[in-house]
This record gives sequence, C-alpha cells and structure tokens, in this order.
Amino acid sequence: MSDSLTYAYYPGCSGTGTSIEYDMSTRAICAELGITLTDIPDWSCCGSTPAHTVDHTLSSALSARNLALVEKMDLDTAITPCPSCLTNLKTATHRMEKDVFREKVNNLLDTPYQGGVATKSVLQILVEDMGVKALKDKTVKPLKGLKVAAYYGCIMNRPPEVMNFDDPEHPMAMDNILTALGATVLPFPLKVECCGASFGIPRKDIVMNLSGKLLDAAKDIGADALATACPLCQMNLDLRQDQINSSGGTNYDIPVFYYTQLIGLALGLSEKKLGIDKLCVSPRKVINAIGRDEAS
Amino acid sequence: MKIGVFVCHCGSNIEGTVDTAAVAAAAREFPGVVFATDTMYACSEPGQDGIIEAIKEHHLDGVVVASCTPRMHEPTFRRTLERAGLNRYLFEMANIREHVSWIGKDKEANTNKSTDLVRMAAAKLLKNRPLFSKQFPVNKRVLIIGGGVAGIQAALDCADGGLEVVLVEKETTIGGKMAKLDKTFPTVDCSSCILGPRMVDVAQHPNITLHAYSEIEEVNGYVGNFEIKIKKKASYVDWNLCTGCGLCMEKCPSRKSRDPFNEELGKTTAINIPFPQAIPKKAKIDPNFCMKIQKDKCGVCAKVCPSEAIDFTQQDEFITESVGAVVAATGYDLFDWTVYGEYGGGKYPDVITSLQYERMLSASGPSEGHIKRPSDGKEPKDVVFIQCVGSRDKSVGRPYCSGFCCMYTAKQSILTKDHIPDSQSHVFYMDIRSPGKMYDEFTRRAMEEYGANYIRGRVSMIYPKGDKLVVRGADTLMGAQVEIDADLVVLAVGVESAVGATDLAKKLRISYDAYGFYMEGHPKLKPVETNTAGVYLAGSCQGPKDIPASVAQGSAAASKVLGLFSQDMLASDPQVSVVDIKRCIGCGKCIQTCPFGAIKAVEFRGMKKAEVIETICQGCGICTSTCPQGAVQLQHFTDNQILAEVNAICRF
Repeated sequence: MSDSLTYAYYPGCSGTGTSIEYDMSTRAICAELGITLTDIPDWSCCGSTPAHTVDHTLSSALSARNLALVEKMDLDTAITPCPSCLTNLKTATHRMEKDVFREKVNNLLDTPYQGGVATKSVLQILVEDMGVKALKDKTVKPLKGLKVAAYYGCIMNRPPEVMNFDDPEHPMAMDNILTALGATVLPFPLKVECCGASFGIPRKDIVMNLSGKLLDAAKDIGADALATACPLCQMNLDLRQDQINSSGGTNYDIPVFYYTQLIGLALGLSEKKLGIDKLCVSPRKVINAIGRDEAS
Repeated sequence: MKIGVFVCHCGSNIEGTVDTAAVAAAAREFPGVVFATDTMYACSEPGQDGIIEAIKEHHLDGVVVASCTPRMHEPTFRRTLERAGLNRYLFEMANIREHVSWIGKDKEANTNKSTDLVRMAAAKLLKNRPLFSKQFPVNKRVLIIGGGVAGIQAALDCADGGLEVVLVEKETTIGGKMAKLDKTFPTVDCSSCILGPRMVDVAQHPNITLHAYSEIEEVNGYVGNFEIKIKKKASYVDWNLCTGCGLCMEKCPSRKSRDPFNEELGKTTAINIPFPQAIPKKAKIDPNFCMKIQKDKCGVCAKVCPSEAIDFTQQDEFITESVGAVVAATGYDLFDWTVYGEYGGGKYPDVITSLQYERMLSASGPSEGHIKRPSDGKEPKDVVFIQCVGSRDKSVGRPYCSGFCCMYTAKQSILTKDHIPDSQSHVFYMDIRSPGKMYDEFTRRAMEEYGANYIRGRVSMIYPKGDKLVVRGADTLMGAQVEIDADLVVLAVGVESAVGATDLAKKLRISYDAYGFYMEGHPKLKPVETNTAGVYLAGSCQGPKDIPASVAQGSAAASKVLGLFSQDMLASDPQVSVVDIKRCIGCGKCIQTCPFGAIKAVEFRGMKKAEVIETICQGCGICTSTCPQGAVQLQHFTDNQILAEVNAICRF
C-alpha cells in the first residue's frame, strides 16, 4: 500500500474497447481524487476466460508476465477496474505460491516473476486506501434521490480465499460508496449472482435468463438504475437489455452505470469525460432527476 | 527386587512392527530382571494367568508389562498383581503401542525404542515402594447439572434409587430443549405430554431438591465429597411466595422483552412464566426491560400480585451443596446460521430455524399452533426445508453430523401437511440418516404418504421476490438446477455444544473436544464416565443425541452413581504428595502453586510447615517441582524414581 496513492494501472482489454467508458471514468475520477495511475508499459491480455479454461499454466503465465512488468516499475501494487482481469492476476499469484507451479510458469516467461506485487481492484483501493469519508468530502453534486442497486457480479469477491476482499455473499463496498455520495442504495438480493457472462456468444438463452432475473429483481425493489463494476456484467445488462426485453416479454428501461461514472457525476466531472454517452440504455432521465427534491 | 517383564504382541498391533521376542531378550539383561517373555495378549485371561504363574514360579516382586497405554489397562494389570499377592504399585507399564508400533513402520527402530521404554520402566520399578490406599466416607448425595430430559431422567432414577438429588437448572424451568418441541419422532406424540408428567415427578419427588434459574459457580473437593457453590440468580420474585398464577404477566405493560423460550419468534412481557407447564411455575423479571428496575416507573406487577411476591431489590444468592457425585447433563445449543450469507444471513424474516418452526407448530407457542409467516402472518403453502445448516460443512467449521435433523425435518414436513392440507413441503437434503427403530420407515412415510418433495442437493441462494422467497439449488439426482418459489424456508440448524460448556468443564476438571462437547472416559466402554472420578455425563453435552439416546444416557449415568454409592467407603489414591517435615523450611511456595488448595500451613514445634490434604491432592506434581528443598515428593513419581528413568534412557 502506497501512502501517496500511486499505483501501477492495468486497464485490461475491455477497457480499450467495449468498456472504454469504464476506463475513461476510472482515469477521470482518479485524477480528480489525486490518485496517480501509471500504466504498465507493454501490458498484455491477462488470458481472460479462454486461457484458464484450457491451460492453468498458460493462463498464469499471461498474468505473471504483466506482474513481472510491475516489478520492474518498482511499484508494489497493481490495480485494475476489471474483476475478470483481477481474478486472473490474483489466481496466478495464488497458484504460483506453490514452487512446482511457479517453475512451470516461469519456464514460459522471458522475465521470471518472483512474486511480491499486490493486486487490487480500483474499488478496493477506493474504499480501503482512499476511504469512503474522503469521497464524501469531495462530493460536489450529491446523487440525491437516485435509487440505485449495486451489482457486484460473481467474481469480484469470490472465491474468498483468492480474492480476499469484502463479503463473498453480501459485499458492501459499492453500497457504502454510493450511500456516501448521497444516493439511495436499495438492498439488492442478487448482488453477486451471475449475469451469464460470456455465454452471450454460445448460449444466448442463458444470458437472457440470468440477466433477465437480475433486471426483474432490480425492478422488484424499485431501482431507477444499476451500478456495476464489471465490463461483462455491464454489457450483458446494458447492451443486451433490448434482447432481454424481447425474449422475456418485458419492457425494462434501466440504465446500467459503471460505479465510477456515478462517482464522477458526484465529483462534478463532465459527462463527456465519464463516457456517459457510451451507455446503450439512455441514462438521461435518471441523471436529470438527480438532485431534484421530488426525485422519483 | 526380582522383576518380571512381559512384552505383549497385542495380536499384530505391536508384533507387526516390533520384534517383541528381541525386546524380551534384551530385557533379561536389565538390572533386577529375572524373568522376561513375550506374550500374545497380556490383558486376556490366559495372559493375566501367565503373569500370576510367573510371579509365583519365579518369586517375582515387581512386574513390567510392555503393551498399550496405561489409560487402557493399567488398572487391569494392577488388579492382576493384587490377585497374585503383590502390592499394585509394584507395577510399571511401558507403552509400546500408542507410543511406538502405531506411529512408526520401521521395525528395527521400533524394537530399539520399545527396548528403551522397557529399560526405563524396569529402572523406575526398582525404586518403587508399596503404597496403600486410605478409606474415606462417601456423601451419598448427587448433583445433576441441567434439567433437560437427560438430567430429568438421571435425577428421577437416582431419586428412585433412594439417593438425595440436587438438580440445578440455569433457566427458570426444567424441560430443556424437549419442552420446546411440539411433537417427537417417529411416534408423533406430543412432546410436553410425555415430558410434562416427568417434570411434575421431579417437582414432587421427596428426594429431589430443585434449584432453577441457578448456575454452578465453583466446584471443590473430590469423588465422594464435592463442595459445589451454586449461584441462584436474581429473579426479582420471591419464589417461596409466587404461586404461578400469571396475573402479573397479564398486566405487565412492558411487552418488548426477549423471548428465548419461543426462540425469539416474538417479544414477551418483562415479567414472565415461559410456558404453562413450567416446573417450577414461577415468574421472573427481565431487568433489561422492566420499567421499574430501569427507570423506577411502573411497578404494576407488585400491585397486582395477590401473594406480594415481587421484590425489585432481589440480589443473586449463593448456596453451597455437598455431594458425592456430579452428573453433567448440560445439553446443546444451536448453530448460529446467520454466517450463511447465501441464505440471507438473517435478513429475511421468513427464513426461520427448525426450532422456531417447532414453537410455531406448538399449541403453547406464540401463534397457538398456527403456521404463520413472521413477515405478514399469512399461512404458507410452499414450505422449503434445508438440511445440514451448520452440520457436515467444513466451510463453517462444523464437519460433524448433528444426527437428528433428518428425522425432525421429516416430522416437520408431516406436521406441515397435517396443519395445512393444501401445502407442499420441499426438502433439500445431502443424505438421509435415519438409523433407529422405526426411523427409516418414518422418513419414507413423509415422502410416500405425505408427499414431501425430497430433493438431493444443496441450496445456493435464497432471495426475496415480491412476497415469495426464491430458493435456488441443485438436484444432483436429476443433474438439474431447481428453483422453488417458497412462502417459508425452514433451516435444519445443526447442534453445537452448549453456551458456557467449556467454562463448566474447567470447573468440573473434565476434558472437552475441539467443538466443546465433553469427553467420555472411553468412546465405547465408558460412554457416561469422564476421566475425573465421580463426574458423569448424560445427553447432548457429550455429542449430538436424540431423545431416546439422551434418556438412555440419563439412566446409565444414574446407574453409575448408584454403583458408586453402593459403597460406604471409597479407597483414596495413594499417588499423592507428602511432605518430608525435616526438610521443609516453611517457605510456603507449594501452598501458593497448588491449583487445588490441597496444601496447608501447619505449626510444628513452633515452626511453619507444609502439610498435604491427601483427599484433595490430585497428584499433579506442581508442588514437587516448586519445592526448593525437595521436601515435597509425589508418591509413585518421586525425584528418585523419575531420575532413575532419565538415567536409564541417557546411558550414553
């Protein structure tokens, strides 16, 4: 943990493409909050889902390559917004504690990784290093009247022995942040349930079913919007919301924000900087309602 | 001294990895040893007869047996020696099973270590002296801790056997967990109908003194003569005057008091009698919710009490009971299931425990026997039961099976159908464990006659949807996911050792296992004894148990007490400390270190000297190692005897 809040930053592939607004808003709020992010030079893909389903050694090597780069930067903590990247980085670290496995991985690498780099999510450093109170103090435009459900996704905190962050069944980090920013955070019972993840490609019906349930539950508790922390969750709920509506006969119109965008709004940053225009389900009505006394 | 050495094969237990013949051959060379042999089973009848024959034939006056642990057979062989006319303390045991053959496979190393252990034993035996027990009288009263069904059974059996019984119960009424149950499996007869009369018997038995709402404060003494300090907790009601009429409960305006008897399903009055059949049927005030005690306002109960029994100034009272034996029957408590986040972690009011459901089913419960959802009072139609909540689950630190949840879940699914004919029960289970008389037939009946839907699999998630609870789980037999929209979810919570069990164990000087359950003397052959003489166990304090097993243990413990008290005098253990008065300088260090208060200072020719109270001394040896003069010696473990062993092992 660095006192000056300086971290090696691993954007992850989605951050350069489908979830560019997550990357934009993360960088924007970190700059605003005085958190220094140094991109890992020449970073490469963590292996994502395909690598670890095929070969654990290869998957860990892909992650360890990036961790070895962080070691060269003389920084002790790497942070990433994406829970999937984080899982791969953390799992690689966890598995490489075993000497035999570490040998196998390092055989594949030009620069062997010795271990010693901590990996955390942006969310974790915000609540643990920055602190919810500091966020509250920097709020210029409280999210008053915004009824939001925090949706963490299935791998931000699980398995607990690898991820080591928050409660595996009832995480509260995002809830606490959004509450501090003035939003009304509703108790969302499915906050760690699966959205269907990458099944959107081979078995769309599974995503329709699982993500459909998430939207049902959000509707049930009366949420105006969802806050997410995972590019894939966000995509399934936001980009595919129309598909979900047509397959389930529903008529949902629930904007799905990245929680970093909501922090940015509260800090008074411009929508353009936060990539609000990249969202598929229009958040206009919800954003306009923020701060109004008779907010619905 | 002529010593005989017997090295036991223990079948292949020892012989498999130790060359016993070689150990015996080596032993023949040890100082004092005139006879040594290996023997198939030293503890068997021919084995013991062989030892007696050898003693007579070779005129032995000391015996070493190299076999298993002394915990197992030291008393056996000591009796053998007595039958042969030798003093029982001229015997030493070398443990070459638990300490050697069972823990290593290297035969040569094992044989060497066994030889060394025998060498030590023989060297100590040369220094042994005959010791003789003293006789002391037995106080033929028994204290039973815990007034659940096991304690009640033990109390009644002891009392019927003519003993004076003191029964201590920490709640205001006896009955324990069984009093909270609606019906019992597999007969589905009413729990309070079978237990109630027994409770009345306890109240009316001339030989039983009942201290309810009391706890054990301190335990002193030893088998035959315990002194037990009991704390009678303040109930703010003079129980000598209270008639249990219940008028105070009707009028008490404070209705927010915790209701542990009803498993916190609702709230109750600050002055309270837990249930109509309570024994003793006396009121108690919860000081945390009584407005008179909190704010000095109210006092209505005192005004309406016809016998003027209310006493807001009452304090805890301490009494001492002298008894000769103690039976611990402290029962169990339930696992705190809220660690299961996936079941809502306690956030959803319609996820309840099996014992709460039992109170709901009970006619004397808060809903008078009607099944109502805690959230809105509606009658549920789809009830989901989840088994093994805090049992057989390493992830929550409870790897053991609680034993009776399969049965009570089957019973509750049957009762649900009885109460609400158009309901449907769904039971998520891991395995069905129903070994017992008519038990398996009972679980089958729940499925076949009452239509309970049994699903083999675990539940991964419970979440609210509208006014329903969605229960998501797996059906491992179908290989499919299951989702049930439930109105009510009942968790079959597992058994834990009782709150405060370990504290009581320390007071009683008995052992407990990793989970806080009391350790029996032997898992098979001494199920109700402990390793502390005069302290016995009954019921679930020893491990999860259903009613028949608890009752059987209550009777078993009573039979042990009756057996103990069939003797007018008991023999003391001579393995106690003695003070060499010539060496003692009266420094008093031994008095300070003795954990049992067994050493007192006496005046001898104008000088302070230490004196051991033999009956209290437990033979731990702390005073021996404390004494700067070597004046205190523990008999049978004197400095010389220990040093002889050390010298035997450090010959090089």
